[in-house]
Amino acid sequence: MSTENNNTQPQQNLAFPGHIEELPGGGIVLSKLDDVINWARSNSLWPLTFATSCCGIEYMSVAGAKYDFSRFGFEVARASPRQADVIIIAGTIVNKMAPVLKRLYDQMGDPKYVIAMGACAISGGPFFYNTYSVVKGADHVIPVDVYVAGCPPRPEALMHALITLQQKIKSGLTREQIRASND
Amino acid sequence: MQLTQRAKQVDRRPMTFVESLYLWNIAKGMWITFTHLFKKRPTINYPEQTRSFSKVFRGLHVLNRDAEGRENCTACGLCAVACPAEAITMEAAERLPGEENLYREEKYAAKYEINMLRCIFCGLCEEACPKDAIYLSQTFAPANYGRKGFIYKKDELLIPHPVNDPQGYQKAREEKSGKVK
Repeated sequence: MSTENNNTQPQQNLAFPGHIEELPGGGIVLSKLDDVINWARSNSLWPLTFATSCCGIEYMSVAGAKYDFSRFGFEVARASPRQADVIIIAGTIVNKMAPVLKRLYDQMGDPKYVIAMGACAISGGPFFYNTYSVVKGADHVIPVDVYVAGCPPRPEALMHALITLQQKIKSGLTREQIRASND
Repeated sequence: MQLTQRAKQVDRRPMTFVESLYLWNIAKGMWITFTHLFKKRPTINYPEQTRSFSKVFRGLHVLNRDAEGRENCTACGLCAVACPAEAITMEAAERLPGEENLYREEKYAAKYEINMLRCIFCGLCEEACPKDAIYLSQTFAPANYGRKGFIYKKDELLIPHPVNDPQGYQKAREEKSGKVK
């Protein structure tokens, strides 16, 4: 597994969806409106500034110059959930935080996406046993689109998750359709 | 009393009209921005370029084989005990006659699963292992849409066979020793 995953380079289709119809003196691009909308959405995902623990440091690192997620259109981190498209759950969700997370998710406008980052957010991690306060995975509270493993994940791993989310949006499938095809 | 030699009197004079226009200060700031055009770009274009990790980086687990391709793991369970997140599950089985080329010792792990959702990549399993059967590679776990794919089974964890797939084995070994990347 290690050698195969070594060069985990997500396939990117950055090109505009559709094909060019050649006409004398130029051409016109033909495309489906859904494809264009999905393409536009996937390239302007505004994340919510939501970081509850150490994964937030890696999230900030991704926002910094070294990794720079603004190359993918993620740079406009919003403090208001009403202006955000994607919520990156970076950190432990404890029982007291869970209602807040749910409210933030409900306040976001559709379409909204969720990335669970790090062991705590995806399963409770080291707090899975013997802790009274930690939610065993943020998907007990809100539905999650992309999971990233790690404690905390590398900045590259978060970038990989963001690109994975872009692919998901571009494919136009719903969360339920993807889940059904995985099972 | 002066504590250091670097103390400097603060200038509290009111600004003159020319100063209050901030023209010179804006130009100074713009000049700094302009000089950055000629500096080296710090950004790593991630999917195309990758950055080398530290030699002690702990990524996905690899179950080791010896030079003849026999599995080192004897399913003693020390890694599962050491794991702070209790992410490792294993089932032991006894080696049958004729399986000496598959497993190094009389006992082996029939089932070996690591739940990457719970794993915190601390490397305590690697430290606990008396047989050098598990180590953490230089690869991070890729993201996925569902939870199912994160439970890594033995076929995903095992290092490539040194006899059947010498190139894959060599690559994994070099990555461990920090030669690659």
